[in-house]
Amino acid sequence: MDKRTKILYGALLLVALAAPFVGGYPIFLMKVLCFALFACAFNLLIGFTGLLSFGHAMFFGSAAYFCGHAAKAWGLTPELAVVLGTLGAAIMGYFVGWLAVRRQGIYFAMVTLALSQMVYFICVQAPFTGAEDGLQSVPRGKLLGLISLRDDTAMYYFVLAVFLFGFYVIYRTIHSPFGQVLKSIRENEPRALSLGYDVDKYKLLAFVISAGLAGMAGALKALSLGLASLTDVSWQMSGEVVLMTLLGGMGTILGPFLGAATIITMQNYLSGFGSWVTVIMGITFVVCVLAFRRGIVGEIAYRLKAK
Amino acid sequence: MKQKLLAGLVAATLGLGAGAALSQAPAPGKASDDVVKIGVLTDMSGVYADYGGPGAVTAAKMAIEDFGGKMFGKTIEIVSADHQNKADVAKNVTQQWFDRDKVDATFENLNSAVAIAVQGLGKEKNKITVVTGAASSKLTNEECSPNSGIHYLMDTIALGNVVGKAIVKDGGDTWFFLTADYAFGHSLEKDTGDVVKAAGGKVLGAVRHPLSTSDFSSFLLQAQSSKAKIVGLANAGLDTVNSIKAASEFGITKNQNLAALLMLITDVHSVGLNTAQGLYLTEGWYWDMNPETRAWAKRYEERMKKKPNSNHAAVYSSVMHYLNAVKAAGTDDTAAVLKKMKETPINDMFAKGGKIREDGRMVHDMYLFQVKTPAESKAPWDYYKLKGTVKGDDAFQSLAMSRCAALKK
Repeated sequence: MDKRTKILYGALLLVALAAPFVGGYPIFLMKVLCFALFACAFNLLIGFTGLLSFGHAMFFGSAAYFCGHAAKAWGLTPELAVVLGTLGAAIMGYFVGWLAVRRQGIYFAMVTLALSQMVYFICVQAPFTGAEDGLQSVPRGKLLGLISLRDDTAMYYFVLAVFLFGFYVIYRTIHSPFGQVLKSIRENEPRALSLGYDVDKYKLLAFVISAGLAGMAGALKALSLGLASLTDVSWQMSGEVVLMTLLGGMGTILGPFLGAATIITMQNYLSGFGSWVTVIMGITFVVCVLAFRRGIVGEIAYRLKAK
Repeated sequence: MKQKLLAGLVAATLGLGAGAALSQAPAPGKASDDVVKIGVLTDMSGVYADYGGPGAVTAAKMAIEDFGGKMFGKTIEIVSADHQNKADVAKNVTQQWFDRDKVDATFENLNSAVAIAVQGLGKEKNKITVVTGAASSKLTNEECSPNSGIHYLMDTIALGNVVGKAIVKDGGDTWFFLTADYAFGHSLEKDTGDVVKAAGGKVLGAVRHPLSTSDFSSFLLQAQSSKAKIVGLANAGLDTVNSIKAASEFGITKNQNLAALLMLITDVHSVGLNTAQGLYLTEGWYWDMNPETRAWAKRYEERMKKKPNSNHAAVYSSVMHYLNAVKAAGTDDTAAVLKKMKETPINDMFAKGGKIREDGRMVHDMYLFQVKTPAESKAPWDYYKLKGTVKGDDAFQSLAMSRCAALKK
């Protein structure tokens, strides 16, 4: 990490720590962090391994249901509920990944989409999800059985801590030798194979990490908003995360974060415009694809490098 | 080193969070700012935009204008937002309204997931939430909130009750159900089936179709071969519309009658009379019932260029009822206003002798309609003939049957 990057990360962290005190609305900030983690997890797959999963909502949404159910029906403490959601999503990720990494490109995307739709229909039918009513009034509980998270600011710092942990895992993964192998697979899979790497195993592991972290994001969302609904497992959600990642900058570390923040801000603050929200989002996407294909962060990094 | 630094940071944020939790004692209820401000949360652009949408916002604005536009000398404010049928967006927006924007009450809130989320938030923040568009009976049962939530229009129990009772009385005593295969469809089928049996009718069978299917042929053939007089559609939205279209293509409607359990005039409008004729359905309100409803519908039509449905009328009525209660109570304090709202009967173009029960259920008469044939229809939107009226107390679930935990002492 060079000095400039360090300063940037430090400044971002300070902003995140101070946000609720300088007028940031905690519920909104939490939502941004949850989706940012989701997009970062997704980016690990598409940006650094070159796998386009079109079913990541299944991990996000299922973990939200797991976590919500654990906190509501079994009375688990929030940190345990999040761990449970994460593990659940990682295990699902193992099976889905095991099946999906055998195929490439569009077939990989279609396999993940198909499995994600199956999960969606299970969520519609299963008794504990509440079908179209959603799993509602999930309690936030007490952290470690001690600290009440009912207060929005307290919950925000819990979400921020978990987010930082998830972000750190992704950062370490990308900058480890394992991450280098992933990048080589992205650049040229046959070559990585000929160098003696068991490509499928690497892809599977990346898939499991990505699924687990997406699950962690879903679990956090269920706790901070107090609900898990079918929206979280629908294919539109899978599409939204692709949009966030592309808009922010695929294959950059901060890109997905910025993309998620942009999309969530638009959804939230433009909701007064009614039907125009989707149109505005669509236009933004078109502009992004036409004018700055590397995404916001990708484009800035490219310009800085070019100088 | 870097690991340690990060671990330290994570620990520090956790510590900060704990500090914030301890330092902020539960906030005392804020004294009411003397502006009365209402929020209308609805689906402005999605599948239910015709059902609620801009029409609901217009209806709320009409209520404020008719009230005089001012309360305690200040202009009554209104905000609206699109929840995009996402419960989390709804919750986020509503919480912001309550916490920051000084909104006193929210209206409409269609979509069951949204309604339950918003009502839960109202319970937590002690703000009045009025649901008109959503039909889930959970709102006044498992998820009830007697001290903040009101369910103003129909619910699934009332829909089944009215359709079941009134149709059996009208001679439709053998039934076959076409049911959407998930919790909502199952409960609609069971509740309506029970009503039919209790009224002396017979249920000959049922077939379940997957949610959001487009091919109803095999299911409808089973319904046809059952020879039941009435085919009950225990589904909603696009599924109902698609099954009606398919039934008309298969000629089922020649010998059997369809009964839609959840359908509105806007759906009939989009399907067309040719296809929908003869269909039974139930609603809480229809624009062409009496001079009062016609006069209101005319004013609405001048603004929106189409007729209002029962949801729009309910939004108007509920906003008006709320404003009158605030005026009578002399404050916008939740408990005082809610008490007035429950004390005062509702007599307007929407309901006669309507009353809000202690569980938050607004009890009003429900109507069974049959869709006219194209020949019977004299004017645009002249779609329904009245087949029966069910008194509010018979239509809605009785308080004794309620599963609302907060009511049980």
